[in-house]
Amino acid sequence: MSTPEPSAQTPDAVHAPDSILPDAPPPGVDESVDLPEPEAHVSVGENLLEMRDVTLRFGGVTALDGVDFAIKRGEILGLIGPNGAGKTTCFNVMTGVYQPTDGTVWFDGKKLGRRKKYQITRLGIARTFQNIRLFPEMSALENVLVGADARHKTSVPGAVFRLSPRHFREERDGHERAMELLQFVGIADLAHTAARNLPYGYQRRLEIARALATEPTLLCLDEPAAGFNPAEKAELMDLIRAIRDQGYTVLLIEHDMRLVMGVTDRIVVLEFGKKIAEGTPAEVRDNPAVIAAYLGVPEGEPTDVA
Amino acid sequence: MSHDTLAPTAPPRSSSPMLRVADAVAARREAAMGAFRSRWGGLPKPARYVPGALLLLVLVLLPVWDKSLRASTGSGIPVIGTPNTSFSGVLFLVGAFALCAIGLNVVVGFAGLLDLGYVGFYAVGAYTVSVFGSPSSDLATAYPWLICVPIGIAIAMVFGVVLGGPTLRLRGDYLAIVTLGFGEIVRLTAVNSAPLGQRSGISNIPKPPGERADGSKLFGVVDITPFYWLILAFIILILVLVSNLERSRVGRAWLAIREDEDAAELMGVPTFKFKLWAFAIGAAVGGISGGIFASRQGFINPDTFDVLTSILFLAAVVIGGSGNKFGVILGAVIVVYVPERLRGFDESLFGAWFVVLFIALGVTLISRRKSLLSSTVRAAATFAGGILGLVVAVSVGTQLHSIVTDVGTENPTRLLVGAVVLTLIVGLVLLQLIGLAQAEGARIAKIFVGAFLTVLVGAIAPYVFDEIGDGVQALRYFAFGIALIVMSVFRPQGLLPNRRRATELADRKKEVAAGVNA
Repeated sequence: MSTPEPSAQTPDAVHAPDSILPDAPPPGVDESVDLPEPEAHVSVGENLLEMRDVTLRFGGVTALDGVDFAIKRGEILGLIGPNGAGKTTCFNVMTGVYQPTDGTVWFDGKKLGRRKKYQITRLGIARTFQNIRLFPEMSALENVLVGADARHKTSVPGAVFRLSPRHFREERDGHERAMELLQFVGIADLAHTAARNLPYGYQRRLEIARALATEPTLLCLDEPAAGFNPAEKAELMDLIRAIRDQGYTVLLIEHDMRLVMGVTDRIVVLEFGKKIAEGTPAEVRDNPAVIAAYLGVPEGEPTDVA
Repeated sequence: MSHDTLAPTAPPRSSSPMLRVADAVAARREAAMGAFRSRWGGLPKPARYVPGALLLLVLVLLPVWDKSLRASTGSGIPVIGTPNTSFSGVLFLVGAFALCAIGLNVVVGFAGLLDLGYVGFYAVGAYTVSVFGSPSSDLATAYPWLICVPIGIAIAMVFGVVLGGPTLRLRGDYLAIVTLGFGEIVRLTAVNSAPLGQRSGISNIPKPPGERADGSKLFGVVDITPFYWLILAFIILILVLVSNLERSRVGRAWLAIREDEDAAELMGVPTFKFKLWAFAIGAAVGGISGGIFASRQGFINPDTFDVLTSILFLAAVVIGGSGNKFGVILGAVIVVYVPERLRGFDESLFGAWFVVLFIALGVTLISRRKSLLSSTVRAAATFAGGILGLVVAVSVGTQLHSIVTDVGTENPTRLLVGAVVLTLIVGLVLLQLIGLAQAEGARIAKIFVGAFLTVLVGAIAPYVFDEIGDGVQALRYFAFGIALIVMSVFRPQGLLPNRRRATELADRKKEVAAGVNA
């Protein structure tokens, strides 16, 4: 929220000329590589995920209070709010880390219910983390492979004697897909580098590739631009749009207003665990409740957000 | 925001000149390794098998060579032979431990689950083979060995699942405590249940089939060489199978669980299932090792399966390099072979061995690198070292006490002084190592203090133990207690860590740097 920017609607204008990384070529989005098709085909408009009146309490603390919104297929939905508003908690409810105290989450016509975290991933929700949580000692490729393995079935009996043809097919397909994804996010050159040794920006990209490898229908990005400079943010916006253009639905938590306003189709605003606004970026930007939430109640002076 | 400040790349430059030299040496070695690897990768596939095959040939022929030397010159292989005990017997025991280390490495090194009760599975394998195979057991089925071992594997696996089912929800220290309890439960069950022979154990355990040309049994009591070859064959077989798993979805899932269990589950890894598999496979390998061990002994009792054995298995994994299946074999060699080599040694030579061991360790440690291990394993090492230290301290104390109170002892005062000095030194080493380990930026002090104190202990200990007839036995494990602690502080990745990625990284970083600047 530090850089309110009225002209954010034209994101192309914010492209910085110079390389985003001092020690590496700008990765950019390799437009020549198509993401593998997600399983269910996309028809924009219908609800993909619905939070129906979700409440989550920890003892006396109400982290989410009757949150109710929907994510439509094929859109980029922004989830914003001041620190502690419950954005990441929302993610955690959607991905099965927490069970809601009240209310239900519906995904693709199914109730999430008491499904395990890995089952929800296989259902089609993938996420990245606010604080990067890669598998640090595994290579970039292996990180993505772990994601791709979510769709694989080989277990110990198939792998231990190397007799199962499915094992080889899955290994081959997994490697191909993982390399495609690394190329898509622009770090294929570093496929064999341990994740912990990747530059920070690449680690964020790797998290996105790993999440995409699970073949989700809904991709949840938790502050993917944290710690990025403006040029990197612009690149990230391109990447997010490219992901959407491939047919994925994207849910985006982000603090940077320019990025959120520039890339999302709709925005949901949370404050103290409650939804205070929902609408297009323009609507949300002009919403007095949102302005008040971010900047406090104005004292006569017009706020910068508008 | 600058990337350089955020990127967790190069370790911080050290200011001390000595460590800069150490870093430079490490960098040069890294480069040499990289060059070696690329040349190695260029060789045709058969050529790459040659060194391994030669090593295997040497390993196979070692006991034969020793036997022929003993026959002709009266003593075994110089330097590496074990003059005071059967060489093939030592080799066999090394093999049994190596097999356990490979199995435990699946649990600890791959999946990152701290198992302090691994001896339980070893015991289950051994007891199953004994109960089903021995004609003098209560069951008296007297099945042949070839049937008993698969039963042993299956039952050990069942125990792995039974232990894992309820406990794998626990993490870290809690899991360690529960598994520690499991190992003891197995031992105490054997001590207390009549069908398992209680304290006196089970005898007449069947041996593998096979006869020599002259009609005598191949797997006998005197010559342990066939057993050694048998366990060598099993090690190779298990290594192949474990490598298959390591390079598959299963291996990746294990590593992911070790690295970040929550993230793994959110990426679609059924963590519980794969943790259970890790336990079951570890248990099966332990069961095989136990089954062969029981058959070689011909007789087992619960004393063989105490906590100390569990700790030694873990020591083999940690010292050798957790996560590296060849490293843990080296660890088993160190844990088993060195004490056997030292058995019944002349004290002055023993002291020299001791000092050499620690100097070697110290030199290895100075070239330490950033840890490649998860904090779990480091915690394991510290924990194991602590327990081992405690065990040793108690046993040394008991021993000294019994000797001092013994009427026949000539010079109790000297012994007491020795005990006090030893306790002080051990305490100092522990405090220094543990305390300094926490203070970042005191690496050089750590190395010097640690090296100084360990050498001091190495020099003084033999004189102290000179007074104690049976003290050597305690000192052997004392050595490992110290070694473990030193390892966990200075080189938590083990002597032979999993270095593939580190090397790849070094190459890659150079390529990237060159590519960008061009």
